Amino acid sequence: MSFAETIVPKEHLLGKTLPDLKRIAAKLGLPAFVAAQIAYWLYKTNIQSYDEMTNISKKVRLLLAEHYDLGVSDPVKVQQSADGTKKYLFPVSSHKFIETAFIPDARRNTLCVSSQVGCKMGCLFCATGRQGFQAQLSAGQIINQLRSIPEREQITNIVFMGMGEPFDNAEEVMKAQEILTAAYGFELSARKVTVSTIGIVPAMEVFLRESKCNLAVSMHSPFDEERRKLMPIQHVYPIKDVIDTINRADLGKYRRVSIEYIVFGELNDTQKHVKELARLLNKTRCRINLIRFHPVPNVPLPPTNEDRLVEFQRALNEKGIVTTIRASRGLDIDAACGLLSTKALIQRENGDF
Amino acid sequence: MNSVESKPNVKFKSVTILSNTEISPNVFLLSFKRDFAFRAGQVLGIAVSSNDDARLYSIASGENDENISLLYNIKPGGKLTPNLAILRPDDTLWITVPFGTYAGSDEPAYWIAAGTGIAPFYSMYRSGLGSNKILIHGSRTLDAFYFSDELLTDFGSRYVRCCSQQEGEGTYHGRVTQYLEALDNLPEDQKYYLCGSAEMVVECREILLSKGVPFSNVVAEIYF
Ligand SMILES: Cc1cc2nc3c(=O)[nH]c(=O)nc-3n(C[C@H](O)[C@H](O)[C@H](O)COP(=O)(O)OP(=O)(O)OC[C@H]3O[C@@H](n4cnc5c(N)ncnc54)[C@H](O)[C@@H]3O)c2cc1C
Ligand code: SF4
Repeated sequence: MSFAETIVPKEHLLGKTLPDLKRIAAKLGLPAFVAAQIAYWLYKTNIQSYDEMTNISKKVRLLLAEHYDLGVSDPVKVQQSADGTKKYLFPVSSHKFIETAFIPDARRNTLCVSSQVGCKMGCLFCATGRQGFQAQLSAGQIINQLRSIPEREQITNIVFMGMGEPFDNAEEVMKAQEILTAAYGFELSARKVTVSTIGIVPAMEVFLRESKCNLAVSMHSPFDEERRKLMPIQHVYPIKDVIDTINRADLGKYRRVSIEYIVFGELNDTQKHVKELARLLNKTRCRINLIRFHPVPNVPLPPTNEDRLVEFQRALNEKGIVTTIRASRGLDIDAACGLLSTKALIQRENGDF
Repeated sequence: MNSVESKPNVKFKSVTILSNTEISPNVFLLSFKRDFAFRAGQVLGIAVSSNDDARLYSIASGENDENISLLYNIKPGGKLTPNLAILRPDDTLWITVPFGTYAGSDEPAYWIAAGTGIAPFYSMYRSGLGSNKILIHGSRTLDAFYFSDELLTDFGSRYVRCCSQQEGEGTYHGRVTQYLEALDNLPEDQKYYLCGSAEMVVECREILLSKGVPFSNVVAEIYF
């Protein structure tokens, strides 16, 4: 293809906030109310083409189509677990894919969305971390994971716990959480949306200030030395600073902070850990979510020991920290926490070595 | 922990650039006068305007050197590095206090880097920690072995340059991962420091683990 023929992909409308859409309307010389009309079709319906935007004139629809793609795309594959969990595969560009997990249970239907293709954080226990980083997702690509699945109407909770570290893609994640919770968007309660981070402090501060959504922090060890071995981020943003950042924030009455804690058998489930967790979280209004470790091939970490897990939970509850054990879901299709990976589909690109 | 090691500080202070030199295509070494203490391996937050978000850079000079140096490459379309590269001597740069706990020690160890990930090891070496280390540096091209004159003199055969795309005298032709893959009998009781992109760190870590190195002896810094 010659340079002149190179096709520059159009920007997508999906993922634009209402203020973004107003700017777009102004740029195209359209009245401001068109922005609200577009938002309605993008976020309140599942239309697939401009033609279906019936309250927008044909002329305006053509103008929009000339400058922007809608940005909706269907998953290319779905796997279903025996327990009802489903894993969707979405292409985001050539040879780059993300996974999204739909997790139904008696009380809620949770969608676990990805924020990046791969991840740069390199946590030792995580399958996503082992595929390295391939791309950032746009807010539209994050939103599309909800918009384009058949269960869309049934989703009650969204968790940013899929592939990637949300706060390494903070701008797009902030837009996505706005669209999920805004009146013009999906109108989910902020209490039903949780962003999970390993603790990128500067972006976390912005999130705590500017969003009302819940926060989950992956801790996995309260001890510096031990956490460094599991999570390289500890060298840069130690967990103590992460907790201090939460303690400084105004959480209001309803906002929930949870501490995610993967339990490795006889490694981070001792009495010493209980004591240090209680000390570290002394001033923090939070709960702890214990997560079973699902062995990842070639990862030298011991699986959860069930008896010790229950004892660990009991000991933490006794210290006054509300502690729950998360049910493992979708194990048979690798949809469980820490198992999402699209590594097999990646074409290697030239790195820096 | 002393005060300079502590938490990241979003507050900036301004410094005056002494030099900002392109030492290899699209790779720059920037320096300014040092008026604070730090530990080799620590990073600084950097911005060209005090309103910007900081990006992190490993300090690439010794604890007692007169100047602080930073080694960076231009990321096309990046928010900071294209703007950093046009700064000239006497221009202002905004920096945070040094922070981070990626610190060296005087025990024997492997230092394994890719690209600009050589920076913390160069700092550790300039701070007197190099004598019992094996330094392995991976890059795509021969012109990207930063500080190699100095390192060759002091490390001799303990300095291995792995070049994946060009052949050159005294260098290993292949990726740093291929080099590690071919090593036998890696001591299991030594530390293996890794520094570079996520991809490099994750791949090298996997190789080390497969060769029997316990994960507790892998010390990783990722340039995310
Ligand atoms: C602890 C630490 C130490 C660091 N030390 C150094 C150092 O000494 N020298 C140095 O040069 N850099 C270092 N970095 C990286 C540095 O902080 C910046 O991220 C980098 O210089 C790019 O900044 P930028 O603002 O120009 O680009 P940005 O605007 O941040 O990035 C441009 C775009 O490239 C994307 N991108 C990032 N990585 C990849 C990738 N691997 N593949 C594809 N796309 C990618 C980003 O997501 C973004 O969309 C360090 C990072 C950390 C966390
Ligand atoms: S656990 Fe989260 S932050 Fe860590 S590597 Fe996996 S996806 Fe990235």
